[in-house]
Amino acid sequence: MNLLAIETSTELGSIAVWREGELLSRVCPATLAHSETLLPLISATLREAGLGFADLHGIAFAAGPGSFTGLRVACGVAQGLAFALDLPVIPVGTLDAMALASGSERVIVMLDARMGEVYYGLFSQGLPLAPVVVCQPSAVPIPDSPGWHACGNGLVAYPALRQRLAACVHLWQPELVPDAGAVARLAAPRLARGEGVDAADATPLYVRNKVALTVAERLARGGKA
Amino acid sequence: MLVLGIESSCDETGVALYSTDAGGGLLAHALHSQVRMHEDYGGVVPELASRDHVRRLVPLLRQVLADSGCSLAEIGAVAYTQGPGLAGALLVGAAFAEALAASLGVPTLPVHHLEGHLLSPLLSRNPPRFPFVALLVSGGHSQLMRVVGVGEYELMGETLDDAAGEAFDKTAKLLGLGYPGGPALATLAERGRRDEVRLPRPMLKSGDLNFSFSGLKTAVVTRVRELGAVSDQQRADIARGFQDAIVEVLVSKALRAVSESGLQQLVVAGGVGANRELRRQLDAHSATARIAVFYPELEFCTDNGAMIALAGALRTQAGVPAKPAGAFAVRPRWPLTDT
Ligand SMILES: Nc1ncnc2c1ncn2[C@@H]1O[C@H](COP(=O)(O)OP(=O)(O)O)[C@@H](O)[C@H]1O
Repeated sequence: MNLLAIETSTELGSIAVWREGELLSRVCPATLAHSETLLPLISATLREAGLGFADLHGIAFAAGPGSFTGLRVACGVAQGLAFALDLPVIPVGTLDAMALASGSERVIVMLDARMGEVYYGLFSQGLPLAPVVVCQPSAVPIPDSPGWHACGNGLVAYPALRQRLAACVHLWQPELVPDAGAVARLAAPRLARGEGVDAADATPLYVRNKVALTVAERLARGGKA
Repeated sequence: MLVLGIESSCDETGVALYSTDAGGGLLAHALHSQVRMHEDYGGVVPELASRDHVRRLVPLLRQVLADSGCSLAEIGAVAYTQGPGLAGALLVGAAFAEALAASLGVPTLPVHHLEGHLLSPLLSRNPPRFPFVALLVSGGHSQLMRVVGVGEYELMGETLDDAAGEAFDKTAKLLGLGYPGGPALATLAERGRRDEVRLPRPMLKSGDLNFSFSGLKTAVVTRVRELGAVSDQQRADIARGFQDAIVEVLVSKALRAVSESGLQQLVVAGGVGANRELRRQLDAHSATARIAVFYPELEFCTDNGAMIALAGALRTQAGVPAKPAGAFAVRPRWPLTDT
């Protein structure tokens, strides 16, 4: 089974080709936009792996949360490839893949959500303990047991998270970034189990879903129509 | 050659298939308008627009394939709107188009949105022939262009501030008509009395072919304030006053553009082209001015995928090289003169 994984949730993009259990990961050149680098890197990496588009069995992408634009570029590319090649799409949670990449059993993943907020997910043995949330650093849930591994750039953006989580965290890894290799490792067994979705149903997982106020809401807050 | 066209620059997702073969032409086109979704917000919310395009592209593509009986393998190139428009919205269509083309092994044709609009009259049942003058009046644009042929466009005049449709919509909002209120304002104006409310004709005598509509909106604000409580009849009178002013300016400049260009055909494109008063006035003047006025069907006037497929197809036929699928960049701000 061969699959392609795309990860552009943050400005550090990467792609990975899973070829019969072997993983080939490549990082997008950092100075250019994902739109400039993603498809050329996919073609080059497939070639390097000795595969063509026709040899793929599924397209995985990091669905989020993350940069809205980055998620949509990954989703749009995944949809375009999957539809043309008649393949299933496997959307993988960005924080789920980071939890896997951390190598720990109990992981808190925090990604900078900008606007004073952080995306926050708790994982135990690879499974989410609750849906990923977006909230202010001062409001993140505190696990009631010690021994957690905290990772992600949320820790860089909001140093206050360290104080808040100090009692339950034993390992800090702010430098852990999303990576397509982990996306591929999560997606491969799902694809094998037939859990892919149709390209039409592939959509980003934004988590931050309130992005604008309706006229009625603006008026209720004393604003203008 | 079969060209797939994809439009996602603002609040409409459009997909179409156009064939350049003899007996071909537009084989199918499908559209999803987000107007309803943005209504509650009183205008287009860019982030919501981008999110919606992601959901619409695949189903619309399936639909045009089914409607045309074509298969993906027959597609020879993928055209898509590269700009101008909302960056996030453009990116969705571009990413999808480029990936689709890359895996099909065909090139792409990044298209300028306005070029699509300028060529779209050719899709009409009663198409004009090159060269013609185009009055493009939509929610985002107000321009007079001389269209000589594919890739040969000359800007004759444009708005210095609001677009005509935007002026209709903003004035409608002031009169409490919701969003987008252009059509409602036009309906209300039918009940208004002529010259009851006389508003300025901005730049009517400016000597050039440019427009300015933001002052009209301010004039309406002032009038509403002067009146205090506005009765239904007064609202209709204001709507009428506004419409008469904007239509007079559009008609006068459009006719002048045609006469200055020495051409005989005027094409009216864009959503405001649906305005009945605008059509009445243009038709009334066309006989004396001895010109033919074309109103392409509304489905080709507003944003759509067909015009993008067409523009891509005509460009290839005109010898413009296609781009290898792969790296791409959208151009949210992109003057047509720079194509
Ligand atoms: N009958 C009408 N009279 C005046 N304006 C109209 C009429 N019908 C539609 N419009 C205006 O046309 C615009 C929509 O046209 P469209 O070509 O879709 O523009 P865009 O995609 O740039 O918003 C809106 O501003 C709308 O109010």
